Amino acid sequence: MFKIAKYIILDIIRSKVLIAYTLLLATICTVIFLSDSDVIKGLVSITTIVMIIVPLVSIIYATTYYFNAAEFTELLVSQPIKRRDILLGEYLGISSSILGAFVLGVCLPVALFALSATGITLMVAGGLVTLSFTSLAFWASTKTRDKSKGIGLALMIWFYAAIVYDALVLLFLFTFSDYPLEKAMIVLTALNPVDLARIMILLELDISALMGYTGALYRQFFGSGTGIAFSVSMLFIWSVLPVLLALKIFSKKDL
Amino acid sequence: MKRILLICLFAVAVTVASHARTLVVAVNTALPDLKAAVAEAADGDTIKVKKGYYYSYNTLITKRLTIIGDGYPVLDANYKEEVVTILANGVTFSGFVLKNSKTGSMRDYAGIRLHKVHNVTISNNRLINNFFGIYLSDCDHVSVIGNTTSGTGTELTAGNGIHAWQCHDVIIMNNYSTRHRDGIYFEFVKKSRIISNTSERNFRYGLHFMFSDDDLYQKNTFRNNGSGVAVMYSKRIRMFDNLFIENWGSSIYGLLLKDITRSQIVGNRFVRNTTGIYMEGCNLMTANNNTFINNGWAMRILANCENGRFERNNFESNSFDVTTNGVLNLNKFDQNYWDKYEGYDLNKDGTGDVPYRPVSLYAQIMEQIPQSVMLMRSFMVNLLDKVERAIPSLTPESVKDINPKMKPWTR
Repeated sequence: MFKIAKYIILDIIRSKVLIAYTLLLATICTVIFLSDSDVIKGLVSITTIVMIIVPLVSIIYATTYYFNAAEFTELLVSQPIKRRDILLGEYLGISSSILGAFVLGVCLPVALFALSATGITLMVAGGLVTLSFTSLAFWASTKTRDKSKGIGLALMIWFYAAIVYDALVLLFLFTFSDYPLEKAMIVLTALNPVDLARIMILLELDISALMGYTGALYRQFFGSGTGIAFSVSMLFIWSVLPVLLALKIFSKKDL
Repeated sequence: MKRILLICLFAVAVTVASHARTLVVAVNTALPDLKAAVAEAADGDTIKVKKGYYYSYNTLITKRLTIIGDGYPVLDANYKEEVVTILANGVTFSGFVLKNSKTGSMRDYAGIRLHKVHNVTISNNRLINNFFGIYLSDCDHVSVIGNTTSGTGTELTAGNGIHAWQCHDVIIMNNYSTRHRDGIYFEFVKKSRIISNTSERNFRYGLHFMFSDDDLYQKNTFRNNGSGVAVMYSKRIRMFDNLFIENWGSSIYGLLLKDITRSQIVGNRFVRNTTGIYMEGCNLMTANNNTFINNGWAMRILANCENGRFERNNFESNSFDVTTNGVLNLNKFDQNYWDKYEGYDLNKDGTGDVPYRPVSLYAQIMEQIPQSVMLMRSFMVNLLDKVERAIPSLTPESVKDINPKMKPWTR
């Protein structure tokens, strides 16, 4: 498993696409921090990037790589190696490479310019988003047969999670505004990794405004560590569950 | 003739002065407590109280005395009465620890009560666990300087730290108030000054004005109170250079203004409050040169406010800059710095060329559906706000800053 992961990481480093991604992130972050003296404002801008670019690149890159390495996978399957180890090895290799890119591109500048509770939350949230979208990419790849369909599905997942979902939530809120929606809102948030990550960062950035909310359940949720613990654990589930589903599909799949 | 008169006056003064005595109170002496010393003393005398523990069940100060505690002697009312009541003009009361006044719902028991007096100075006392701290009624020209007062700390039996009723020309300076209902409370108090005090962790307000006109409060700090400051039904209040910090919670405000007119809010700092300033029914207000940092809502101005002017303020890292519940036709925003401003400055004069609209669409949505707090800073919300800024249709047209600054004002 770890051997496979090692070969994949070496291969990814050789291909330079991920290096370009790292440089892109690093440039954006550094420019944002240098152009504005207000660190908090910089973190807000980076949050937006983390919520849009990071999931997109994670899911598309992982899907593409999975399909490009199809022949390698077939070769491995013909060897006496468990299918479970093959897929997990691939997941480990790809996700750790993308995570590495995120660490170098975002965590490093943030640590240098804005090492605070907010900064650390941003790093953790971004890292977990990377993992969950890589995981989702594996689900999308094993679910589909050919590359174009796989990338199409991956793109749809990203579009849904990053943009459409919030619009639907807003619509839902407008439609049912007469009802008590507090519990429903917490459940709705849990259903989208991007929203979860955003809430984690909000708990640091906009706590003043969040504390102004009149609903008791929300206040409780936001006021204590419960909110953060909840978001982190839900994001963990998002990083593990799709890969487990993919594993199930992959073990029975006719390659 | 005039000279003789002067000499006579001088002679009288000297005799009076030579008659002024200093009485020393100490445990196990002829003067074992303050009450005995006051009975013994005459107008103009000085009473020195040595370090020690004394019980004081509403000691009445009925003569013009200077009363000084030496090494902070303790006066304890043992929950039976008030501690000290001052009923004479010209008293100076300084350097005591006053403890454990009675609490009750019928009377306002206090650590130090002043009634119908003037020219009294209360300084450098420490009040601990009293119902009310220092209570002024019907007084004028009184100074309350350098005292600390810590209340009962339970919400039901908490009175105000420094309470003034029906007074004028009072100075409240360098005091510290905590664990009370209101840190400082003014009712029908005119022409008074509140300077350099700190008020924190009080249950209701750090500072509370009711029906008090022409007052000034300056350089005070209000931290983590139920609300920072509430100014209600008052006129011509000047609020200068104060710090409002971390007043957090639902319906909790840094500065709550209700039905006040012609008041000035200048040079204050609002940091990490849920709502920086909340205004309801305020007329002819000016808020200039203030700084709002990291608040949930920097300003919430209800539509019944008229003729307000908000100029040269800095708005930085607030979740929402300005919100309202209607239109703000008669209020003017000018030359403020807004960190969310995205306009341009072609002629490089430091002023943006397109107006800034501080009320965002998302703020309007929050107004109607508070649950949408969950969507804060999401891509969708940013998109909606951008579209609304480009083509305003739902946000109030009237609320705009025509000359937004490109750089924050330096202070």
